[in-house]
Amino acid sequence: MRSNLILAAVVAFVVLAAGSVILPDWAMFLFAMALAKGLVCLGIVGMMRGGVVSFGQGLYYCLGAYTATLVANSFGVSDIFVLTLLSSAVCLLVGMAFGPLLSSYRGIFFAMLSLALSMVLYGSLSKMSVIGGTDGLNIAAPTFLGWAPEGRTLQTALYIYVVAIVVIAGALMRIYFDSERGLITLATRDNELRVEYLGASVRNVMTYNYVFGAVLGGIGGTIAALALGHVDPEFAFWTTSGEFVFVAILAGYLSVPAVFVAAIILEMVRSFSNLYFPNTWQLALGIFLLIVIVVLPNGLGSLVNRRKGNAA
Amino acid sequence: MSKGVLEVRDLQKSFGAVTAAQDISVTVPEGGVYSLIGTNGAGKTTFVNMVTGYIKPDSGTINFGNRNIAGMAPRQITRMGIHRSFQIAQLCNELTVEENMLVADAIHGRSGPSFLRRAHSAEARERAIATLERFNIAEHRDRLVPELSGGVKKLLDIAMAMAGDTQIMLLDEPTSGVAADEKFPIMDLVMEALRSTGVTIIFVEHDMDIVTRYSERVLAFYDGRIIADDAPGEVLSDPEVQRYVTGAPA
Amino acid sequence: MDLAATILVDGLIYAGWLFIVSVGLTLVFGVLNILNIAHGSLYAIGAYASASMVGAYFALGGEAYPYGSYVAMILAAVLVALVIGPLLERGLLRFFYGRDEVLNVLVTYAVFLILEDIMKLIWGVNPYFVYEPYTLLGDVEIGPLFYVGYDFAVIAAAIIVGLAVWLSLNKTRTGKVVLAVIHDSEMSQTMGVNVQRIYLAAFMAGTFLAALGGALTAPMISVTPGLGVNVVIVAFAVVIIGGLGSVPGAAIGALMVGISRAASVHLMPEAELFIIYFVMAIVLLFRPEGLFAKTQARKI
Repeated sequence: MRSNLILAAVVAFVVLAAGSVILPDWAMFLFAMALAKGLVCLGIVGMMRGGVVSFGQGLYYCLGAYTATLVANSFGVSDIFVLTLLSSAVCLLVGMAFGPLLSSYRGIFFAMLSLALSMVLYGSLSKMSVIGGTDGLNIAAPTFLGWAPEGRTLQTALYIYVVAIVVIAGALMRIYFDSERGLITLATRDNELRVEYLGASVRNVMTYNYVFGAVLGGIGGTIAALALGHVDPEFAFWTTSGEFVFVAILAGYLSVPAVFVAAIILEMVRSFSNLYFPNTWQLALGIFLLIVIVVLPNGLGSLVNRRKGNAA
Repeated sequence: MSKGVLEVRDLQKSFGAVTAAQDISVTVPEGGVYSLIGTNGAGKTTFVNMVTGYIKPDSGTINFGNRNIAGMAPRQITRMGIHRSFQIAQLCNELTVEENMLVADAIHGRSGPSFLRRAHSAEARERAIATLERFNIAEHRDRLVPELSGGVKKLLDIAMAMAGDTQIMLLDEPTSGVAADEKFPIMDLVMEALRSTGVTIIFVEHDMDIVTRYSERVLAFYDGRIIADDAPGEVLSDPEVQRYVTGAPA
Repeated sequence: MDLAATILVDGLIYAGWLFIVSVGLTLVFGVLNILNIAHGSLYAIGAYASASMVGAYFALGGEAYPYGSYVAMILAAVLVALVIGPLLERGLLRFFYGRDEVLNVLVTYAVFLILEDIMKLIWGVNPYFVYEPYTLLGDVEIGPLFYVGYDFAVIAAAIIVGLAVWLSLNKTRTGKVVLAVIHDSEMSQTMGVNVQRIYLAAFMAGTFLAALGGALTAPMISVTPGLGVNVVIVAFAVVIIGGLGSVPGAAIGALMVGISRAASVHLMPEAELFIIYFVMAIVLLFRPEGLFAKTQARKI
């Protein structure tokens, strides 16, 4: 079974990486952003498997992005690997701090509390003019272990980097989802009482999922910031988090690739709508979301991976 | 592995003006089979809930394995070997029968549940199926919980509770919600599966035929107190028990 | 002392506005068990409708009776409730009753997205200014400071709305039926209550209150797209603090948030944008269901 997963991962990498040759600049940028955001959504899916929906992943998306930017600007660090690692570490620590607190809440309260935390970050950053306030900050192009590409080559390098991260993160999460703890997560979503009486700690289950989500969010934010060359407090605004939730719902929690497919679909809908119908892309998104909720309650993933379970 | 003695001393519990437990004391020896009887509200469920950690007693001790477990979290009590099944079967409705068993086994795995080890590995499935077979429900392994009959759900509930190193099994009304003609077959199955492991069994029951047939000793509850603690024959012919519990003519 | 008084007055003004904006949200949750993100859009539509109505009123010669513009504003809110209320409730939301709470949040989020763009299609993207009603009530002098009279009218409106809602729920027969539905809609249904009608009425009331909030605010600001985006999030905080489904809770929540924000603006301006969520987070840490949460009986 493991060999199947490795094979799938390699194929995915090759297929996605081929995009660097085939895709025009604008498409490669779109895919890179979509994949980066997809990482955040993957974290939400991990939490959804435990029965909670986070409406505040923007917190970590923003935290990762700002960490990378501030480190890059203040210390002249431009290596993408170092920046990613640092952002992950910061988000890991913050996630470990908030995880146990949030793991006591469910349903609407978990959603609203997570949202509140992200809005606290939004509010704080908006007022901190020393780090850009609502204008945000710019971040210089990343380097890759000493190599400093430019132009299309830089774009390609960044694209390949995010593809690699996505494939690795996706594979690791798949292993986790298929693991004993992954199954216990699904059980928790279903019947917490039983899981506690069987001897497991529901609090631990929820905290682990939250922390994984935090790290994934931070990595996604870092890459997004580097791709855009810019970061601002909007990264933590609730509508940003709302879009991540949208993708997670569209994808469902059954399939990892579905998360990234859904993220790409969202970016494509956004781009084309902005281009041709600038005032209706939210309309399209809203209708799309309703259709998904009604027709595919278990998301796109249920099309490929038919779990016998019933809908919400 | 040696099983322990459960020693309960002077448990008290009140919920506001309602006294759910008064001076509850009982010693359950290793490997014993005890049943708890009493009308609704008499205190049997409160007793079970205190022993399994759902409720914290106001005072008194529950000794097991040289520790006072009164007030400990359910999770910890389970880890010490006191397991329970539920009056309304507590199962994972979106998982199959086999998966429910896999969850139970995974939690009690040798080194704790793993982030890497596959939940559906051949080895894990073998272990799960073996337990399901002991309870005669392996044929349902791929079915989802909502499709199961009341009896099968109960058996699964109990099978899951047996995962890990069980020393004391508390069965909360194991035959409630089960069709009348299934009650005895299910109890036979359960008792056989449990007795073979030497586990101490305590079950709550309303059906006196089941009580008589399967228990070595009966505890009768009334108004938060234990009013009888003896062999089934003695307890059921006790006039106080007949008055307050079974209602049989004196 | 001046500072404290200033904070108190500012806080009360903001609290009044917050209450009107939030009470509809908590009412809809209490009765229908739906946390309506589209509440922000309803607020915005109320603002746009009010701006249009007031604009039309003055264009049609309303200069002679300027106070009539207030009637126009309230009428706008009523129209919004009458048109959009049934459309949303009967046309969409009723298909999701009884479903998971978070799922319903997503449904209303979808509605929010849709309504945001519909507003742009109807009213365009340019701002609307209707400041006449705001200036009609002159200025009020308190100590050394001048306040706009209109702001105090909003406080008065909040008190009227609060009393009206409380009285109708607790002192009228229909109100008591609504309270029964809040506690247990299944049981109410078996008692013969036409729960569908109650749901519709409650949703329309909530829509009216949201639109009223927007209508009353329109003269104070420039009405632009995205108006609802910030408001709904603040209303959430108030409602969560007070406890979902509790009207007195919404009042207390509004007061707490109003005064906190006023204090922050004067004492620590950097905290202004997040003080609301900070207060919400603190309340939830101590009272996980908010201050006066709807008591949910466990059915076993």
